[in-house]
Amino acid sequence: MISLRRFRNRRESTFVNHFILILLVLFAIGPIVVLLFNSVKNNAEIGRNPLGFPESIHLENFGEAWEKGQFGKTMGNSVILVVNTVLLELVLGGMAAYSLARKQPPGTNVVMFYMLVVSTIPIWLYLVPLFFTWRTLNLLNTRLGLILIYVALNAPFSIFLLRSYLLGLSVDFEDAARVDGANEIQVLTRIVLPLTWPGFLTVGLIVGLGVWSEFQIALIFVQEPDMFPMTTSFFKFSDRFSRDWALTSAGATMMILPVLLMFLVLQRRFIEGLSQGGVKI
Amino acid sequence: MARDLVSPNDSVRSQERESQVKEDRPVEKMPPRSRYRFMQKVIIPWAFILPILLLHALVVLFPAIQGVYYSFTKWSGLGPAEFIGLENFRRIFFEDTDYGKALGNNLVWMLFFMTVPFAMALFAASLLSRVKVGGIIYRMLLFLPYVIPSVVVASIWRYLLSPRFGIGAQLSKIGIQGLDVAFLGRTDTALLAIAFADNWHFWGFLMVLFLTAMQAVSPDLYDAAKVDGANRWQEFWNVTLPGIRPTVFFMLLMVMIWSFLVFEYVWLLTQGGPGGASDVLGVVIFKNAFRRFDSGYAAAQGLTISFFASLIILLYVYLRKRGWEL
Repeated sequence: MISLRRFRNRRESTFVNHFILILLVLFAIGPIVVLLFNSVKNNAEIGRNPLGFPESIHLENFGEAWEKGQFGKTMGNSVILVVNTVLLELVLGGMAAYSLARKQPPGTNVVMFYMLVVSTIPIWLYLVPLFFTWRTLNLLNTRLGLILIYVALNAPFSIFLLRSYLLGLSVDFEDAARVDGANEIQVLTRIVLPLTWPGFLTVGLIVGLGVWSEFQIALIFVQEPDMFPMTTSFFKFSDRFSRDWALTSAGATMMILPVLLMFLVLQRRFIEGLSQGGVKI
Repeated sequence: MARDLVSPNDSVRSQERESQVKEDRPVEKMPPRSRYRFMQKVIIPWAFILPILLLHALVVLFPAIQGVYYSFTKWSGLGPAEFIGLENFRRIFFEDTDYGKALGNNLVWMLFFMTVPFAMALFAASLLSRVKVGGIIYRMLLFLPYVIPSVVVASIWRYLLSPRFGIGAQLSKIGIQGLDVAFLGRTDTALLAIAFADNWHFWGFLMVLFLTAMQAVSPDLYDAAKVDGANRWQEFWNVTLPGIRPTVFFMLLMVMIWSFLVFEYVWLLTQGGPGGASDVLGVVIFKNAFRRFDSGYAAAQGLTISFFASLIILLYVYLRKRGWEL
């Protein structure tokens, strides 16, 4: 009798849980689905049927958005920014993290403390002087200028995460390799990297996602349309064609498709990495 | 373990080890690779650290110090800065009505983000932590909006909040009137509409953090609560919430600090409008620095944000020292 009641209670309660969670999932996913639907409707249909399932498929929206929004150029810019920032971050951040975890030279704690404290400085304190420094260094309106800022701003997160991965790896593996006659470079490439690549992948994904989505810094530091990444270019584009929802939805869809695909494949790594410090509203 | 792998013909190592063992020091405390000179112990490791450290200092530390200096100057961004003492701060606190209005909006923003996403995330996480089937799918789908770029989130919600196409328009078609208004175009709703869109993207992230923390709470405590006959609310209030308290308070701290920095969503959706109704400090600073080229003044406003942020951090540290379990 008692066990039966308990059993029934549990069944009932998970049903309610699922019901509410499905409502919350609709709230989270619904707007994205509407965007995907609208990207294949034409404007007449959006007027008739703004939120529902598309009646006919208009893939020409994508070609038109690609042309009018100059996605060829701006997506190229974004790819250049993402690839170079990630590579530079992994190399420079990885070097620093390796040194801070393994060699621990005098001053290691000062560096870690610096990274912790300085990463809490509000961006509005240094953004204005940074803009004028970048102008003096001729880095405004250049991809290099953006890449350097992105690498620097992601440095604390990358170093903390990579260092914790390295500290989690027993030093014995490296010592064993050294004993077998491996030099330092071989230790790094044959032992450390193969064993800590998940950390590097996580950092690469999070930094890459951040750069792909970044708006604020690109808005301030790049005003030359030829150098626009997708984000600032899409903002201008959606402002110009603000009544053409089919067009802007197709543009937005092209921007998020790579992200969605990556996320669906590697969601655990994204969630793990972002909850460890890629935090931002 | 690897020490057993040391081959006998590695004479340097074994001698070194013998000499250290003779000194009767515990094996774990031996200075590793003590034969390395200053070069290997200091110079090369620092050569690995310096590139990114210097880059970070160039981008963050030096401009931050400059920012403090420029706060006390009148400076257009071009030419020399003229030192004017505390004049900028007098202007901020006694003259500039835009600043006060924006600061008020930042506080509204803070209140919104300290309550709405936290309530939603705690609720969803506690539901999700009991679900046995499909937990990973729910977690993934609820988290998904967090990886959507802000420009796209803004575009989606500009559409969904529009009076002609959006949700309100659809509801009025089926008879629920009154929601087909231009939420982003009205002075009384613009700020909250922006916060709503930002929260749509943000709360799933918070939910995942809480869920991870909840999964670390000892199951024994839940068993004990069940034995004591606690209902679900009592269990949440007396077991779950105390168990994840550090995460909740840390995120409250972060949200409070971020609330002073907000810029992107406001700029994307209203640029501070209509008529300054959704101005926040970030937007005001942006306009002063890059539209009006009143850069010294913008730097001073940036410094006030740092001041608020440090106040919050100090309060947090102080309460912890006083023995509050934050």
